Amino acid sequence: MRRTVAALLRKELLVELRTLESVPGMSLFAVTTFVVFHFALNRSSVDGDLAAGILWVTLLFAAILGVNRLFVADADQGGFDGFLLAPVDRSALLVAKAITLLAYIVVLELVAVPAFALLLLGPPLGQALPDLLGVLALADVGVAAIGTLVAALAVRTRARDLLGPLLALPLLVPIVIGGARATSPLLALAHPGAPAPRWLLTLGLYDLVFGLIAYAVFDFLLED
Amino acid sequence: MESSSRQPAGFSDSKPRAPGRVVRYGGGLRALSLATLAVMTAGLALVFFYAPLEAEQGFLQKIFYVHVPLAIVSLCGFVLGGLFAIQHLRTRDQRWDMRSYVAIHMSLIFGVGTLITGSIWAKGSWGHWWVWNEPTLVSFLIVFLLYATYQPLRFAIEDPERQARYASVFAITAGAFVPMNFIAVRLSTAYLHPRVLGGTSNLPAPMALTFVVCLVAMALLYTTMFKYELTAKHTRAQLRALRRRLAGEDAPAGLSRARTAAPTLQPPATIGAGAAGRPG
Repeated sequence: MRRTVAALLRKELLVELRTLESVPGMSLFAVTTFVVFHFALNRSSVDGDLAAGILWVTLLFAAILGVNRLFVADADQGGFDGFLLAPVDRSALLVAKAITLLAYIVVLELVAVPAFALLLLGPPLGQALPDLLGVLALADVGVAAIGTLVAALAVRTRARDLLGPLLALPLLVPIVIGGARATSPLLALAHPGAPAPRWLLTLGLYDLVFGLIAYAVFDFLLED
Repeated sequence: MESSSRQPAGFSDSKPRAPGRVVRYGGGLRALSLATLAVMTAGLALVFFYAPLEAEQGFLQKIFYVHVPLAIVSLCGFVLGGLFAIQHLRTRDQRWDMRSYVAIHMSLIFGVGTLITGSIWAKGSWGHWWVWNEPTLVSFLIVFLLYATYQPLRFAIEDPERQARYASVFAITAGAFVPMNFIAVRLSTAYLHPRVLGGTSNLPAPMALTFVVCLVAMALLYTTMFKYELTAKHTRAQLRALRRRLAGEDAPAGLSRARTAAPTLQPPATIGAGAAGRPG
């Protein structure tokens, strides 16, 4: 299983490095969205709840761009068939794809979070950074698990570009709730505080449950 | 009863009918309908003539006896759809997929009712059609939006077998999402309003009794509608099979049918064979 995942992961990252189909687009989308928010809200700096909301909405929509592309090459160019012909555990594909998506999102955040701090964020990010990284990491795992499941569900339907986001957004609402509520005290102007433990707990629990669900049902998506 | 002679074919077991399959689905439907009608009437009578007026909200509070049962039954129906879907993936029996589809379809209809009655209640008691600090209503909206993609998902997959499989995966995921989502949204909302929905223990006895009767009535209504749709679907599948047999073996099987989000049953082969074996 581990060798299969490693091989699949290597293939995914190689394809992405050669085609650069997803990650640059996601990052550019995030930066552009910050510019759009600047004009839409007519504010040059944001903090607290508003900052957390903008950050999470942007990251989420950018991540959904990646989710939409995640399985497209496999569906269109026979990747699924090739994988199904190999005598390997099918869950390996789920794990490899989820790690791929996680890597995409981490790279996206490496671009988007500094860009956000530079373009829109009022208070300096400095001392809140470790906490913010923790919250982001917890949320990313959940987004990767749900995103992979939804991508596999939507990719072989006729309206996949439409169905992917429609399925993903309601499923991701609890992550937005947990992420935004945990982030907003970090980005507060006056007295930045630590995120409340219950949000971290919610995020962790959500990651766990949806990781298990994705693991349990993923095989059924790969039968033909 | 007088109306028994006007029953649609297949709903009665008094006359022997060719394949026994249809009778099984329609069985007990009349008794169930009557029971629903009786309990529903009793529930509404209790609501209007027995349950006391609530001190703060007055007459408006009576929508509670419709809204909350609708919501509970609808959510249970969503979870039930997920359980049927598990059964479908385990047994690969298409009838489980059909049950899952019908459960979710009915729950969506009950869900529309929940949102409408909830809105009316919110407008009446708080002055706005929608309130964001009522966690139960907000979670319900999120769940409803998720399930609203169930039919588009089915509709977008043409191969019936894969449609059923993918729909089951969706139903299981979404069924697990229902409780998770309620936890998350409830955590996120401060308890600003005194809650009427927190169980029957804090209700005075007449109200609790009325509520329980209404809940039973709503559950019966759900079951009846569920069985009606299931029966209709199976009858239609059988009718289609018989028509095809009438048209001859070489009639195109799938071409005449309009594309649909509903699961496709394939009793045609079995029923066709069964009827063929029987002397007419």
